[in-house]
Amino acid sequence: MINFDFNVIERSWVYLFQTGMAFTLQLTAYAMIGGILIGTLLAMMRLSSIKPISLAATSYVNLIRSMPLVLVIFWFYFLVPYIGAWVIGAKEPIKVGAFSSSLITFILFEAAYYCEIMRAGIQSIPRGQVWAGYALGMNYWQTMGNIVLPQAFRNMIPVLLTQTIVLFQDVSLVYVLSITDFVGAASKVAQRDGRLIEMYLFVALVYFVMCFGLSLLVKQLQKKVAIIR
Amino acid sequence: MNYNWNWRIFWEPSPDGVGTYLDTLWSGLLWTMATALTAWVMALIIGAIIGTIRTMPNRWAALLANAYVELFRNIPLLVQMFLWYFVMPELVPNAVGGWLKSLPNASFVTAVICLGFFTSSRVAVQISAGIHALPRGQKMAGTALGLTLPQTYRYVLLPMAFRIVMPPLTSEFLNIIKNSSVALTIGLMELTARARSMQEFSFQVFEAFTAATIIYIVVNIFVVNMMRLLEKKIAIPGFITSGTTSAGGH
Repeated sequence: MINFDFNVIERSWVYLFQTGMAFTLQLTAYAMIGGILIGTLLAMMRLSSIKPISLAATSYVNLIRSMPLVLVIFWFYFLVPYIGAWVIGAKEPIKVGAFSSSLITFILFEAAYYCEIMRAGIQSIPRGQVWAGYALGMNYWQTMGNIVLPQAFRNMIPVLLTQTIVLFQDVSLVYVLSITDFVGAASKVAQRDGRLIEMYLFVALVYFVMCFGLSLLVKQLQKKVAIIR
Repeated sequence: MNYNWNWRIFWEPSPDGVGTYLDTLWSGLLWTMATALTAWVMALIIGAIIGTIRTMPNRWAALLANAYVELFRNIPLLVQMFLWYFVMPELVPNAVGGWLKSLPNASFVTAVICLGFFTSSRVAVQISAGIHALPRGQKMAGTALGLTLPQTYRYVLLPMAFRIVMPPLTSEFLNIIKNSSVALTIGLMELTARARSMQEFSFQVFEAFTAATIIYIVVNIFVVNMMRLLEKKIAIPGFITSGTTSAGGH
């Protein structure tokens, strides 16, 4: 049997959390906010009665949902410099940092999944409420902003948070770009010290504790926010 | 944008010396499908067993099955890949570990095992949701007829549950195809990995990724339509299916 050396964790945990976990958590938080915002817009577009708008949103969501995240990460890693150059009118592809590149990727990727959740949320609101809004003289944005979306959000908070836990786990895939997220940092230390077993077991344990803890919290929240009908 | 498009790249010979870049992508697709299908069979079998145990009256058994599900759900797939590939061979006795590492297709075997277990926990959740979606009376009727608990499951509950959970299982199958791309981190040359290596050798980034994307979309559409046919065939008359929603996750 091999002899374990868990000292390697003691030596490197500050680096693991300060560099790696900080990156992972920041990316998760920003991607969640961006993803929910764009996802909600996409959901409103999908439910629009104007055909071209709903078609565009539906195609986008279906396209993203049929691609593996790893492929999407590669796509944006190479595409973002060109888009950036096009936006600011530069001749050469611009340099984009690892964080912004993966942030854009995750916002646009997760938006497709958040969109489906928000669409279910919006559809769970009885149509009569929308008509009531219009009957009161509100326009589309007022009806959405004051009546439909607040309730849709409230109904969907547990599902949105569950998706965020998935997002938190998905961020580990930026490893394929050699970015120092939590897994990336751990694998760098593991390879430097030749301690793959201890490091990967530790990483798995940290993810398990965090995700399991969060999912328990979500379950508690679910009971709290449920609207009694 | 000064990017040199060259769509003829697919018919140029690839550096691995077996054929054109198109052949490379095709063999990538075959690896993807082989991995996904083998792992899917494994996930269905284990998932059905675990999912059934989760609904059993025995509290300890249900607790154990729940622990299984939580274990595989709360660790990122990438980390699970690493655990199976780097850690597991070291933790088992030396002889077994050495044999595992010297397998000709070690990354394929590892990817199948990893995806199989990972997906089995998701299948288990769907199966138990399907069993819970059945009216309580069905189980009672089964026992009232004198069937034992295993018989009730075998002849009454499971055949119904499987037919109810077809739609969510379809999306789990689509997920396993997509998730097989994570196996590129342990060196499996599946579709995404092939597109990546094509990009590295030919510098035609966007052609390579466009081709991979189109292949994934075609596979997606094909699977969805096949499953729709199957769903129609096995739908329970008078039963509104897709009662279980699978929100969240991919």
